[in-house]
Amino acid sequence: MNAIIFSALAGVVMMYSGIITSKKTVIKYIAAIALVVLIAANLLQVYGIWQISVDTRDMLSFEKFGLVFNTLAFTATLIYVLLSGKEIENAGVNVAEYFALIFFVLCGVSILSSFNGLLMMFLGIEILTIPLYILTASDKRNLRSNEASLKYFLMGSFSTGIMLMGIALVYGATGSFALHTNAPVALSATGGIKASFLEVAGMILMFVSMAFKVSAAPFHFWTPDVYDGAPGVFTSFMATVVKAAGFIAFIRLFEGHTAILGPTWKILLAFVIVATLLIGNVTAVFQQSVKRMLSYSSIAQAGFMLFALYSSNDMAKEGLLLYSVAYSLATIGIFAVLIKLKDYAFDDFNGLGKTHPALAFATTVCLLSLAGIPLTGGFFAKYYMLASMVKEGGPLWLLIVAVLFAAVSVYYYFRVIQAMYFKEGTPSVQTEITSGFKAGMVLLAILIILLGIAPSLVLNLFYF
Amino acid sequence: MPIQYYIYLCLALFSIGIIGVLTRRNAIVVFMCIELMLNAVNLLLVAFSKMHHGAALAIDSTTKAGIDGQLFVFFIMVVAAAEVSVGLAIIVMMYRNTHSVDINFLNRLKN
Repeated sequence: MNAIIFSALAGVVMMYSGIITSKKTVIKYIAAIALVVLIAANLLQVYGIWQISVDTRDMLSFEKFGLVFNTLAFTATLIYVLLSGKEIENAGVNVAEYFALIFFVLCGVSILSSFNGLLMMFLGIEILTIPLYILTASDKRNLRSNEASLKYFLMGSFSTGIMLMGIALVYGATGSFALHTNAPVALSATGGIKASFLEVAGMILMFVSMAFKVSAAPFHFWTPDVYDGAPGVFTSFMATVVKAAGFIAFIRLFEGHTAILGPTWKILLAFVIVATLLIGNVTAVFQQSVKRMLSYSSIAQAGFMLFALYSSNDMAKEGLLLYSVAYSLATIGIFAVLIKLKDYAFDDFNGLGKTHPALAFATTVCLLSLAGIPLTGGFFAKYYMLASMVKEGGPLWLLIVAVLFAAVSVYYYFRVIQAMYFKEGTPSVQTEITSGFKAGMVLLAILIILLGIAPSLVLNLFYF
Repeated sequence: MPIQYYIYLCLALFSIGIIGVLTRRNAIVVFMCIELMLNAVNLLLVAFSKMHHGAALAIDSTTKAGIDGQLFVFFIMVVAAAEVSVGLAIIVMMYRNTHSVDINFLNRLKN
C-alpha cells in the first residue's frame, strides 16, 4: 500500500512544485528526492517494518514478488531521472507535469504488481496508460509526436475495450471478479476441468488485450510507430518500466488460470512467442534508425519475457524480475546516450569510441547485455527464461528457435558497436556531456556487469 | 427474458464498435465506436449482475451477491470520461497542426 499512496502523493507534490518554482533543475531534484522517499517507503513494507494498512477487501494483495518488483521499477526510474533528467527538462515547458505524470504511471505500476481482482487490474492498466498518452503527445508542435500519440491512444483504448469485454464474459461465467477464488469449476466426466464457453472466450479476449499492451505479435504493429514518434526521453521510460509492469500484470493474471484453457494454451502461447521473436528480430535487422531498431528490439525482448508466462513457475518469476532489471537498465543506458545525439541514425555513433571512450564503453556494455552475452546481466536473464521453460517440460524446438533468434539479435546490436569503434567520423553530440553523466553511465555499466557476475544480487531480494 | 438475449445484443453492439474502429477514417467517429464498445460492456455487466443477483436471491433472500458487476460499470464510466478528456485533447492538438481529423494522416511514420 505504501508504494501506491506515496507515488500518488508524489505526483500531486510534483504538480504543486510547478507552481512554487519555475527553475527546471530544482523540479528535477524534487522529483529525484520524491523517488528516493518512494523507494524507502516501499522497502519499509518489503521488510515489514512499517506500512499503511488499508482494508481493501481482498482487492489488493501485497506479496513479496510484487513488492520487490516495485523496488526494482522505482530504482530503474530513479536511474532514468538521474541520467536523462536534462532531456526531460528540455522536452517542453511543463516540466513539473511531466514528472507528475511519471509518478502517476508509477502508481499504476504498483497497482499492477499487487492487484487481486479484475477490477483493480483494469484500474491499474488505465492509470498506467492514460498518463503515457499525454507524455507521448508532449512534443505538441511535432507532427510525429501527434501521430504517435493519436495512434497510441486509439490502439490503447481499443484494446481496453476488448479487455473489458473479456472481463464481463468471465464475470458472467463465474459471478466474481476475484482472481484466485473463482467459483468452483465443474469437473467433467473425464476428470479434466470443464469450463464454460463464456469463461474461455473471456480469457482469450483478455489474452489478446494484454498481448496488445506488452506488444506481442501479432498485436505489435503500433509499437514501432509509437516508440519512434514519441519524444526520445519518454520512449525510454515506456519501453522499460512500463513494459516490465505489463508483463508482471500478464503473469499475475494468467498464473493459475491456464488450466481452464487446457493444452491449447501452450500451443497458442508458443505460436505467439515464435511470431514475436521472428517479427521483432528480423525487422530490427533492416532498420536505418537506432531508435526504431530499439523499438523492434523491445518487441524481440518481449518475446523472451513471454517465456515467463509459458512456464509460469517460481523460476520464471525470479527470471522475470532479473529480466526486467537487466533489460530496463540496458535500454535506459542506450537511450540516455541516444537522445544526446542529433539524429537517431546509426551514423551518428561514428567515432564515438575515440571522442568519448567512457560513453562508448558504457553503451557497449548495455548493448552486450541486450544481446545476452555472458558476463552481462542480459545473459542470466535470458538463461533463466529458457531454463524455466525447460524445467516445465517445454518443447526442444522452442528452445532452439529462441537461441537462434538471440544470435540474430547480436547482428543489429553490434552494428552500433561497429559504428562507435570501427568507423571514422565525428559523433554529432548535440548537448554538452558533463562528467557527472559520464560517471553515471560508467556506474550503470558496472551495475550491469555486476548483475552478470552475481545475478543472486537481485534474486536474493526475492527470497529474503 | 433469458440472459442470451442480452448477450447477443451486447455482442452485436460490441461488434458494430469493432467494425467501426477498423473501417472508419474519421478520428472522432473511431472514438465514438470505442465508446460504443465500452457501453456494450456496461450493458452486459449490468445484465450479468442482475442474473447473478437473482440466482443468489433464490438461495438467500438477504444476499447482496452480484452487485459488484454494477459497481464495475461506474468505474468503467469514470475511466472512459478520463480517456475522453485526454483523447479529445489529442485530436484537437492534431487538428490545430493539420486542419484535419482524418486517420489517413497516421501514415507518416511508416517510412
